[in-house]
Amino acid sequence: MTDTIAAQTPRQPGQPLALTRKDFVSDQEVRWCPGCGDYSILAQTQKVMPDFGYPREKIVFISGIGCSGRLPYYMNTFGFHSIHGRAPTLATGLKAARPDLMVWVITGDGDALSIGGNHVLHAMRRNVDIKLIMFNNRIYGLTKGQASPTSEIGKRTKSTPEGTIDRPIMPLSVALAAEATFVARSVDTHTEHLQGTLERAGFHHGSAFVEVLQNCNIFNDGAYRDFTDREVRDDRMLVLEHGQPMIFGKERDKGIRLRGLHPEVVQLGHGVTEADLLVHDEGAEDPHLAFMLSRMWWPDYPVPVGVLRNVARPTHDELLTGQVEAVRAQRGEGDLAKLLDSGETWTVS
Amino acid sequence: MTTKTATRAGEPEVLELDRVTIRFAGDSGDGMQLTGSQFTRTAAVYGNDISTLPDYPAEIRAPAGSLPGVSGFQLSFSSSPIHTPGDQPDVLVAMNPAALKTNVGDLPAGAALIVNEDAFNAANLSKAGYATNPLTDGSLKSYTLFEIPISTLNARALEGLDMTSKQVDLTKNFFALGLMFWLYERSMEPTLRWIEDKFSKRPVIVEANRRALKAGYAFGETTEIFHTHYRVAPAKLAPGRYRNITGNEASALGFVAASKLAGRPLFYGSYPITPASDILHQLSGYKDFGVKTFQAEDEIAAIGAAIGASYGGALGLTATSGPGIALKSEAMGLAVMVELPLVVADVQRAGPSTGMPTKTEQADLLQVLFGRNGDSPMPVVAPATPADCFDVAIEAWRIALKYMTPVVYLSDAFLATGSEPWRIPNVADLPRIDVENATDRSTFHPYARDPQTLARPWAVPGTPGLEHRIGGLEKSDIGGNVSYDPDNHHRMTMLRAEKVAGIANDIPEAEPYGVERGELLIVGWGSTYGAIRSAVERLLAEGQSVAHVHLRHLNPLPRNLGDLLGRYRTVLVPEINLGQLLMVLRAKYLVDAIGYDKVRGKPFRISEIHERAEQILAGR
Repeated sequence: MTDTIAAQTPRQPGQPLALTRKDFVSDQEVRWCPGCGDYSILAQTQKVMPDFGYPREKIVFISGIGCSGRLPYYMNTFGFHSIHGRAPTLATGLKAARPDLMVWVITGDGDALSIGGNHVLHAMRRNVDIKLIMFNNRIYGLTKGQASPTSEIGKRTKSTPEGTIDRPIMPLSVALAAEATFVARSVDTHTEHLQGTLERAGFHHGSAFVEVLQNCNIFNDGAYRDFTDREVRDDRMLVLEHGQPMIFGKERDKGIRLRGLHPEVVQLGHGVTEADLLVHDEGAEDPHLAFMLSRMWWPDYPVPVGVLRNVARPTHDELLTGQVEAVRAQRGEGDLAKLLDSGETWTVS
Repeated sequence: MTTKTATRAGEPEVLELDRVTIRFAGDSGDGMQLTGSQFTRTAAVYGNDISTLPDYPAEIRAPAGSLPGVSGFQLSFSSSPIHTPGDQPDVLVAMNPAALKTNVGDLPAGAALIVNEDAFNAANLSKAGYATNPLTDGSLKSYTLFEIPISTLNARALEGLDMTSKQVDLTKNFFALGLMFWLYERSMEPTLRWIEDKFSKRPVIVEANRRALKAGYAFGETTEIFHTHYRVAPAKLAPGRYRNITGNEASALGFVAASKLAGRPLFYGSYPITPASDILHQLSGYKDFGVKTFQAEDEIAAIGAAIGASYGGALGLTATSGPGIALKSEAMGLAVMVELPLVVADVQRAGPSTGMPTKTEQADLLQVLFGRNGDSPMPVVAPATPADCFDVAIEAWRIALKYMTPVVYLSDAFLATGSEPWRIPNVADLPRIDVENATDRSTFHPYARDPQTLARPWAVPGTPGLEHRIGGLEKSDIGGNVSYDPDNHHRMTMLRAEKVAGIANDIPEAEPYGVERGELLIVGWGSTYGAIRSAVERLLAEGQSVAHVHLRHLNPLPRNLGDLLGRYRTVLVPEINLGQLLMVLRAKYLVDAIGYDKVRGKPFRISEIHERAEQILAGR
């Protein structure tokens, strides 16, 4: 009698529903600034939705505060636009109560790493089965242009006229340190890559942390232009592929080699071959390689995109439900009358 | 009321007493809470009415022998119904000089004082700040002093056991307990059984505690220090099955019961905080009832997860104390906005800030009524006694589910850790909680309202065709889309307020205990019930024109309260705060009520209320 919420449907990866992107478009008018990177993230998110085998009513988008927080209004699924930084907490409770749902958390660099930093850490370490998409524009957009926890040091903003003195946080390093089981990065304008990354995240069983480098064309335009623009991206970004050597460059003539404990950019040829390069292993149990990748940034290194880490661990809701079921198997379904009438009792007649 | 019973020559005489109040006091490592709760269990099973007041420091082990390290446990047991743990102890058991010093001031002249003489050495006297030994300097002459070398006698009883002297010393509380069992004619059996259960894997500890308990008992029996022992007959409680219960235990049981009654699983999100943590401990043991507990990373995560669970169709519950409410406030506002059922339990403690975490207070009332941004009304309910926590926990959920609203459940440290006998209810007699989830896509609107309750529908994810978005932004009436329309905001603010105010039609009217109209009405809420009720009983017996109203519902207030307040010449509002309900009553009803405030981290005494009422009635 206590479990009458809804029938639980196990996830069926690889059985897409006969739905299209349009089925996931809500009737609300999208209200981000024209040219904002969020449009692309929304479009790719809507595109991949049919692939996971969940009907619309079983998908929930939960967001915090910031420009990203609007996204749930534009998804024709269940949605909850919560308060600043707390979306992971609502998602944790929802997923614990309703393991049958697919839960996405939409957040930004300020929402996830400043006000909500604590919750991101703990949702990841618990391996709560949520797909957290962090829009990183390295600025506070909704409050009109203050420095964010990912703003580069020295950045002049409305709140830091002489330049910020706070060292930026590396989101993927934080996710790895927090024991996230799936950690990836993509770029708003690289639509195909973004779509593939969101799809991988959606199919991951457990916490997925996806950083999307997103351009705020109003308050921080061109934040990633130096390495994401079409003309330069092949030479300045490293597309990670599991089991493949780390090669990049328009001519695929550069690679990453390990020198001591440090990655080193090398030119292939002149005695340097593919065999000398690091081979990406997203499934490595220890996170050292992924952590190293999470620290690489232009101009010292090409910026890695793709899946840095992808390991299997039991999820929070599985463990929680498992304990409940184990106790029920042992004691049977709880009997309220017996519970009330327990301990030391006596009768007055 | 005492009656002497004839005894055979040579046997101590037996005095029949109506009520006895004992306080055990010692170092926080001396096991005083255990000693007190064992005596409580024994008295409860014997059939006395009981009421207890544990009083312990926040430090787990403050320096031994120091004043801040003193831990006390007071219990009152009686042959007639009682409402409080007693104003002043008839007996104080003091295990060291610090315990004596911090507690002796509460003793009335003539009270019995049992001290562990061994602990009154120079070092301990100095730690307690005694310049001379109070056992010998005559300062205790107004009490009946029993100096007993408890440590020495206990060590002798445990001779031959394979234990360190430190381990031996840790059992001396059982010696003291045994002595008290003899003094009040109590069976050792329940405690002996408990010892065997508790230490079943450590036979030497079982043996040591058994010996200590029995040695204390035998000491009372064989020495001639005590000329009298006492009998407190079972109380004539209403027929039924009983158990002794603390407020936190009753709260946890009430929440589980509500989950069963509503047919929805309970999700409990919580961050450890004194004095609410026991609710988490208790609920984590009820997985067979489908209860899922979540120890969150902080107070905000705890309520966030509870809101998420409620959104998913479970009963999302969180509990904390005052500082935790401060942290949860923004999320409480979110719950008001999204109109989801949620219960936020606040086990109040003395504040502000960290305050005195283990001490009681009622100073969060205004915080839970008004401590949020915007006009964000929340129903507030407050239990009056430890056993009442069960019923009020269910009531909190009844309101939350029927009206789709977060509800504050306002307990306090005194209720949480104090205990009393609880008549175990018949499950069939518990209130019904009907819950319905929206399923009809043709009529569904996220913010359409039930015309009676003004509740919006509870449409949980997983329901085909009901996909919709909610959140902290203002929503349009009925449709539920984001709206900045000025008239809509005004309308929604009014609707939220009217919904909560309307609950007044769904709760009982306030009923005065005492005269229907007259000189003095004493209005209370929460854990002051016992002291006020006892004082009013006494005043009525003295023929005074007085009545007591105790409020279970603090928002909304009972619909007849304004009328009731007008029927008495004076309205007195005793509170363990600086007049918070008083402020509400004065503002809402324009009544010239007067307050009576004490914030000492302790419950009111009956005599304090009685005296204040007498002054008022005498025109002073």
